[in-house]
Amino acid sequence: MKITRKEVEYVAHLARLRLSPEEAEKFTSQLDQILVYFEKLNQLDTSNIEPTSHPIPMVNAFREDVVKPSIDVEEALVNAPDKEGNFFKVPKIIE
Amino acid sequence: MNLCELTIHDLAEKLQKRECSSEEITRSVLEQIQRLDSKIHSYLWVNEEYALAQAKFADQKLKSGNNLNPLLGIPIGVKDIFLTKGVPTTCASKILENFIPVYDATVISKLKQLGAVIVGKLNMDEFAMGSTTEGSAFGPTRNPWALDRIPGGSSGGSSASVCADMCIASLGTDTGGSIRQPSACCGVVGIKPTYGRVSRFGIIAYASSLDQVGPITKDVLDSAIMLEAIAGYDPKDSTSVPKEVPKYNKALTGEVKALRIGLPKEYFVEGIDPEVEQALKQSARVLEKLGAELIEVSLPHTEYCIACYYIVAPAEASSNLARYDGVKYGLRVSEPGSILNMYKATRDQGFGAEVKRRILIGTYTLSAGYYSAYYLKAQKVRTLIKKDFEQAFQKCDVILTPVLPTTAYQLGTKINDPLEMYLADIFTVSCNLAGLPGMSVPCGFSKEGLPIGMQILANHFEEEKIFKVAYAYEQNTEWHKQKPKLSLF
Repeated sequence: MKITRKEVEYVAHLARLRLSPEEAEKFTSQLDQILVYFEKLNQLDTSNIEPTSHPIPMVNAFREDVVKPSIDVEEALVNAPDKEGNFFKVPKIIE
Repeated sequence: MNLCELTIHDLAEKLQKRECSSEEITRSVLEQIQRLDSKIHSYLWVNEEYALAQAKFADQKLKSGNNLNPLLGIPIGVKDIFLTKGVPTTCASKILENFIPVYDATVISKLKQLGAVIVGKLNMDEFAMGSTTEGSAFGPTRNPWALDRIPGGSSGGSSASVCADMCIASLGTDTGGSIRQPSACCGVVGIKPTYGRVSRFGIIAYASSLDQVGPITKDVLDSAIMLEAIAGYDPKDSTSVPKEVPKYNKALTGEVKALRIGLPKEYFVEGIDPEVEQALKQSARVLEKLGAELIEVSLPHTEYCIACYYIVAPAEASSNLARYDGVKYGLRVSEPGSILNMYKATRDQGFGAEVKRRILIGTYTLSAGYYSAYYLKAQKVRTLIKKDFEQAFQKCDVILTPVLPTTAYQLGTKINDPLEMYLADIFTVSCNLAGLPGMSVPCGFSKEGLPIGMQILANHFEEEKIFKVAYAYEQNTEWHKQKPKLSLF
């Protein structure tokens, strides 16, 4: 076993996912299969290989720091599940 | 013949000659949708008024004369991953079911500026994660060639709609094959351009170092027209590349003499359907007869591509999808208790199984203690895969491969076995890992009458070579002219 159900549940918590007992069961066996498959990469010696995070050679993309038009407050709030005045509204965070 | 059955270049000519109007074309497309889409389900959103208003506007522009832009007045469908101002954009997910963007993706603005008619939003696998379009939260799309088959994915709505004349051309996105594989499954032309060729601004992110936009069309000339329209640097996407956009139609010479076509030996091994292999080999011979030179090349790390891709893509996805928390937009499921409960309830009800699976894989491989074993390792293997192509392209101009190992399979066959579905992406993911351009072109049919596609890959920013080969091939074959028997529906 590469991964236990307990680990899957912990990772789900990190990802802010909630899994039903059936989901946790199913994902554990599927993830285990997938992680076993990933082991294949260990056949390769990569000790002297640089990692690639971006496929095209690029240096930092800088631009002038100037103010440009953006969406206004009303537009920014138009899709908000809950709002009050000019703010997004969320359940109480500080007890 | 109905107007909806024609290509962009045919219709552009008719519009120039005033043989028809954009309104007539758009009505023809809308009628086709009305007639067929209850069975195929390629659209998630379509609105007659919205489409016709754009068509009428295009007709006015056409009347004012001397407009030589071929997209003016042409009905285009777009995958539901592109932000469209004022028009619902769901990414085929419940978490965005009621989301209405306040701005357009850059590619959408470009199409609008050229006067194209946006017909509607096309179905896809949820968040572009999948190879079948069965992952849509709003029901699967079916293949117009056989309704019990998948249209491919994740841009399955984009390929099925073009195939069944429910738009003249469409836009899709491709992270691991999501334009090329559905194009092959539906017998249409789909290109994934070089990473950075087309702006990703306003496209709902899946895996940012792999995602790229491209057109799905009825033939190669239409593909060149569409790519030229959407390509180019965008200050709003700092990963887009400031390189001039070529006149792609100039590459369509029909001439492939002395062009070197590489056939990777690792791609013609076990597991590939004999009919697919046969079609590929015959296509290579067609090109050889036209004067191209066939060369065997080697991509030694091919067998590691799937593992590499399914570490990199879910890792990036788990990070990109952290934004769906029920706060600023999208679904919120309220629950008593702390805000943590709200996050979890929202994401539980909002995401489907494949999305949850990839978030879990990505979170796991990025988490403390596993990062170097998985993510860093995969990034290093990505370098090796990239180098394979660098070496191969020293010997050849383009590489010819299958798109997927089989033809379109039946719905339901792989949905419960994710690993098996992932393995079928073997021929398409390396192109994204290396950032290369790749196209799927129709190259045959199976005995069952299902389309087969061939993939043409080229080096970075060498889309013109792909167009050259694809066009020469198309001029000498008839596959792209075959149509499913839609009258039987």
